[in-house]
Amino acid sequence: MEKYALYVPRLVTKEEIFAPGHRACIGCGEALAVRLVCKALGRDVIIASATGCMEIVSSQLPYTSWQVPWIHTLFENTAAVASGIEAALKVMSKKGKRPARDTKVVAFAGDGGTSDIGLQALSGAMERGHDFLYVCFDNEAYMNTGIQRSSSTPFGAATTTSPAGKMSIGQTSWKKNMPAIAVAHNIPYVATACPSYPFDLMAKVARGLATPGPAYIHVLSVCPTGWRCPPDLTVRMGRLAVETGIFPLYEVENGKYWLSDDSSALRPVTDYMKLQGRFRHLSEDVVEEIQRRVKTEYAGLRRKARRRHHEDG
Amino acid sequence: MADKVGIEVSVAIGDAVKLARADVVAAYPITPQTHIVEHLAELVASGELDAAYIPVESEHSAMSACLGAAATGARVFTATAGQGLELMHEVVYVASSMQLPMVMTVANRALSAPLSVWGDHSDVMSVRDVGWIQIFTENGQEVVDNVLCAFRIAEDRRVLLPVMVHLDGFHLSHMIEPILFPEQAEVDRFLPPNQYPFPLDTAKPVTMGAFAPPVIYSETKKAQEVNIRASQEVIIECWREFGDAFGRYYSPVEGYHSEDARVLLLTMGSFSETAMTAIDRMRDDGKSVGLVRLRLWRPFPFEEIRRAVKEAEVLIVVDRALSFGGPGGPVCSEVRSALYGEAKRPKVVSFVGGLGGRDISLDGFEAIVSRGMEIAETGSEREFEMFGVRE
Repeated sequence: MEKYALYVPRLVTKEEIFAPGHRACIGCGEALAVRLVCKALGRDVIIASATGCMEIVSSQLPYTSWQVPWIHTLFENTAAVASGIEAALKVMSKKGKRPARDTKVVAFAGDGGTSDIGLQALSGAMERGHDFLYVCFDNEAYMNTGIQRSSSTPFGAATTTSPAGKMSIGQTSWKKNMPAIAVAHNIPYVATACPSYPFDLMAKVARGLATPGPAYIHVLSVCPTGWRCPPDLTVRMGRLAVETGIFPLYEVENGKYWLSDDSSALRPVTDYMKLQGRFRHLSEDVVEEIQRRVKTEYAGLRRKARRRHHEDG
Repeated sequence: MADKVGIEVSVAIGDAVKLARADVVAAYPITPQTHIVEHLAELVASGELDAAYIPVESEHSAMSACLGAAATGARVFTATAGQGLELMHEVVYVASSMQLPMVMTVANRALSAPLSVWGDHSDVMSVRDVGWIQIFTENGQEVVDNVLCAFRIAEDRRVLLPVMVHLDGFHLSHMIEPILFPEQAEVDRFLPPNQYPFPLDTAKPVTMGAFAPPVIYSETKKAQEVNIRASQEVIIECWREFGDAFGRYYSPVEGYHSEDARVLLLTMGSFSETAMTAIDRMRDDGKSVGLVRLRLWRPFPFEEIRRAVKEAEVLIVVDRALSFGGPGGPVCSEVRSALYGEAKRPKVVSFVGGLGGRDISLDGFEAIVSRGMEIAETGSEREFEMFGVRE
């Protein structure tokens, strides 16, 4: 880490494409993720954004945080809007109506806008094979509307629509595996990432952007407000999600799985869960159940994945 | 100018979109507009139309893809009907509110339940207030002409609004009609390339679709309302120039033997043609009847309507949609609003008929006129009556 401090500033552009001054909560992991993703995207992109936290905090009239062309229309249609932009750019360049630049199209959405209400539009866009990068910023609930559960909320988490109570442990379903759904569309590039691993995240964005055809990156975005954890633990919380095996980092290139960061000895899930108010109510046996399932799923991932050695991993 | 060709109206729309040199077509199949998008797919596949064809997975995505494409400055077309228009409902609002020009033909259709793929104006009325310019057509030639006009109106720098061209499902969409197509060079002269003033472009980044707190939302909506009302002048100008170029003239409100008639029918859409024939028959019988046809549905031509009906004693409005529990036919309630403040106005009678593909025949229109006069003479301007419903 000491060495990093010397050369890190030279590795990452100082240019802020997601400009400061936005209205995200203190300690927002999603704003951090968007900032890093944008650095990796560069300026030759058009971004289509779904309704959600990042849209609300960045685009209140008459202000904007976006230094690149950016469009927001609705909640569930971002992949379709991106489809239209991509198809139009292609045909307009071909017809000589726009300069033939290699402008890339990128879609941003949260977990609700991706795995719930936006799933159909995303599935359609991936199936049609548009050349675009879709980034899901997953903070594991509808945080913008007040911490309601989504299909991406983890098992056992208390939210305002999956509250814990005498008759409920909170969220009763296991987190929907969105990356696997993307993989099932046979798209060329799928990855998981987390801003707690900035170089890994940015390398994946660069790879996804360079991939012809649809690319999908699922970014765990720690939400201190919704997870009920201290805002100064955002980066640590992301690392713990990875180190416990709860949110493994991997890539899927043309169907082949590659682990980005393999820990043979996973930390216990309690290291991660005990720091968050949303899990506070869980009994020991529920936590044990979660621990068992995390181990099983991680083992399954390891079986189908190979280890990739990135210098920036 | 070429000769008239006999062609299905839906196919003719595809050819009109080709003449307009559309860049992007995003569409989902739904009866009764399928032949429009099938033909466009053929034209793109054969290379006759150099466009991107996006076969989306729903109408919601069709309209969403159109938003994205229009935001890049492309010339954009889609078509829908009935349930499809309902599914794209929230997206339709965004197109007008973000001033994204595009053209959509709507093959007007009934709404579920019960399922009915046949024609009426129920789908139109659910998008009455979405801020699109909306034009009604009566025959295939009018559809082709107005699709060309619609692109020019939508993309006009003074307007920048999406335009719906309505045609009755099956009654018009599936008819084979003689249609005169302009030559490509004539269309190119009439319809200049789209020059969208602020497209998504990395050379000049813009933020589109920012959100509005209460401090600014009302102002954006007022601007939108002022804009669509002002568009009427541009629409009229476009129709005049289209007429000068091609010899066929259109107006927001069109009459048929309406100037001297004591009793006026008012219709919108393809059954206006049947109504005109019925007027001929009734005139032959010595009755003082005429017809007013509403072409421009939004922005609503208040002044033109007032002028067109002010000399009549009775005005009978025939709607093809219901407003459940409401004031009668939706067109009629607009007309009543337009006339409410007038010192001299006809008695207004509202009929709703022709739902879910049911025809109103020549005899039907004659019966509507007789019944309408009876209602007017007995003095009661009730909310409305449904016509042709079996008891």
